[in-house]
Amino acid sequence: MISKLAAAALAVAGSAGGPIPPAVAKITVVATTPDLGSIAREIGGDAIDVKTLAKPTEDPHFVDAKPSHIVTLNRADMLIEGGAELEIGWLPPLLESARNDKIAPGTPGLVVASQGIRMLEVPATLDRSRGDVHALGNPHFLVDPLDAKIVAAQIAAHLSEVQPQSAPLFKSNLAKFNTTVDAKMIEWQKELAPFRGAKVVTYHNDFVYLAERFGFQVEETLEPKPGIAPSAAHLAKVIEKMKAENAHVILVQPYQNRKTAETVARQTDGVVVDVSQQPGALKNTATYFDLMDTLVRTLAAAFAEKK
Amino acid sequence: MLVSLRVAAFTATLCTLIGAATRAQQASDTTARRQQRTIDSLAAALRALEARQDSLAASPPAAPTRAAGAYMNVGFSGLSDFGWSTEPNVRSLQSGDHDPHVRGFTIPNAELAVDATVDPYFKGFTNIVWKLDERGETGVELEEMFAITTSLPWNLQFKAGQFFTEFGRQNPQHPHAWSFVDQPLVMNRMFGPDGLRSQGARVSWLLPTSFYTEAMLSVLNSAGGSTSSFRSEESGAIHGGVPIEREVAALRDLLVVPRIATSFDPTETQTILMGVSAAFGPNNSGPVSSTQIFGADLYWKWKSATAAAGFPFVSSQTEAMFRRYEAAPRQSAANAATTLPGETLRDRGVYSQVLWGIKPRIVAGLRADIVSGNPGAFDSELRADRFRVSPNYTWYPTEFSKVRLQYNYDHRKLAGSDHSLWLQFEFIMGAHAAHKF
Repeated sequence: MISKLAAAALAVAGSAGGPIPPAVAKITVVATTPDLGSIAREIGGDAIDVKTLAKPTEDPHFVDAKPSHIVTLNRADMLIEGGAELEIGWLPPLLESARNDKIAPGTPGLVVASQGIRMLEVPATLDRSRGDVHALGNPHFLVDPLDAKIVAAQIAAHLSEVQPQSAPLFKSNLAKFNTTVDAKMIEWQKELAPFRGAKVVTYHNDFVYLAERFGFQVEETLEPKPGIAPSAAHLAKVIEKMKAENAHVILVQPYQNRKTAETVARQTDGVVVDVSQQPGALKNTATYFDLMDTLVRTLAAAFAEKK
Repeated sequence: MLVSLRVAAFTATLCTLIGAATRAQQASDTTARRQQRTIDSLAAALRALEARQDSLAASPPAAPTRAAGAYMNVGFSGLSDFGWSTEPNVRSLQSGDHDPHVRGFTIPNAELAVDATVDPYFKGFTNIVWKLDERGETGVELEEMFAITTSLPWNLQFKAGQFFTEFGRQNPQHPHAWSFVDQPLVMNRMFGPDGLRSQGARVSWLLPTSFYTEAMLSVLNSAGGSTSSFRSEESGAIHGGVPIEREVAALRDLLVVPRIATSFDPTETQTILMGVSAAFGPNNSGPVSSTQIFGADLYWKWKSATAAAGFPFVSSQTEAMFRRYEAAPRQSAANAATTLPGETLRDRGVYSQVLWGIKPRIVAGLRADIVSGNPGAFDSELRADRFRVSPNYTWYPTEFSKVRLQYNYDHRKLAGSDHSLWLQFEFIMGAHAAHKF
């Protein structure tokens, strides 16, 4: 009852300035990670209210399934998850407790972002001696802006099904999003074009999609295998390879061990570059576009410095 | 790819345009017309490319990929202990079913767990446990088997089958989720070696409050080996008498377990979860006697905002319980000629543990246990004062394995002090374990 009243109030408030008809309540969208939340905001605009579960600075594989998330999911009209087992360690028990069939599999209320993405690194065999490999492929795909377009289209389609009255808004926002991505892509590609074939080292294997899109190479990861902490022996190999291959740029996300990266950088005339895949983790990266701008600019600067 | 085509086409058009402009003055009309045709065809090509790109962007994703693996998640976890204690009868010290049982090696838990979505209305879970006793004999039990509803209205959820009852925090957890080698003493005292677990049903209601509040009510059979404070064949260990055959005469002979839990996040990085629980049911010391257990639990956790693999963190967990056991006048098990008087046995206990996840995959823990009971007509080992302190250190090579070293200082009023050192190893195979909070 309270939530209905609140929704009505919100709808009225929204109608004052925005394009939402007064009778339409805001759609409560829950995104597992901030990047998905940011894209949802671009598409849903004022018609939706976005909440995210993972903090931008934390490892999205290991979010605590805390009870406040149960409440958030219980009241969601829509859930957007990354999929490809990114959230497998924490989302299933939350969903079981949330008992919300609006976001059940197969309903318009559930968007699994990885569906429709051309997944990279899908393992040929499932074998955990290779580390905690995701059976369905590398789930860190949103740093490829063309994948973001696919996810945005999916979000728009699902939102339109959940609230058909606002479909025109979602459609025009999607068109706007696509136009912006296209325009930005030209900028981003221009910025990174001089560094085609450049080599980077990442902590976890989380930048392959970005590398593929913009034509640089992930030479090595500091983790010997996904989810396995760097060992001295492995780091020695990485250092040797970086020297041999003339790789000097090491990418580290806020939750990864910067000290390890710094040690490697010292021995390879390298530079540790703070990056993130999540909007809001670093300064001036509130939206997906800000994030990508910063990511591209930081990378280009690091490549230029170490050229 | 498409974008670069588009850029190329655009550049070509531009070049042609500029070329056309500079040469226009000296060119004849025919040249101008020819150039115009070239421009038009290039523009058309550009439009076609743009249209193709737009249709690609607008079209739904080409190949929908599968987002999940199989109909059923199957996992197996194996637990083994190695160690030594100054008490030769280790079982008298470590009375939990999943505790180490002997000097040397114990395999206290090998567990096959299966879970799946049954259909649009139910999810199912079952686990089968093999455990080796102190003689190395394998015991098999269907530990849990239940279905849970997924789409009931009004935020209700129903569960039915056999399950670890939601009483307190640790009782519903399986051994691989425990932070110590053995189960807390108070749980041994109140629930017996294998926790409070029986056949029955539970209804849960997620309240429409702004913070998490869940009310649960379980109704279960009050007999069986894992309902030790109630109609258990082993209840003589508590009251010293010969348990009577007590049938279920009325609904009040079932076990009723209400619980309410609530949680909130005081800051972005902290969470508090607390609850109160109770269990009411008949016991078999006499034909109309009953038992009441009350419990309160508090869990607090801090986790860094830049946590890697969930570390670093600090957590603390405390559970306190009180039991009121109405022991009827009963025939003494030790001496058939003696009748023990009717009395109320009052027991209480608390454990408190702190964990510090120092850095990825390393956890240091400390737990203290205190239990005591009022004097009764029978001096029970299971009711005597006891105190235990357990520091431990756990290394998780990955999420799927762990190595744990634990020391126990144990002081029993009737048996004196003991020291034990245990090394535990666990491995998990199959489905990725998801962790409840």
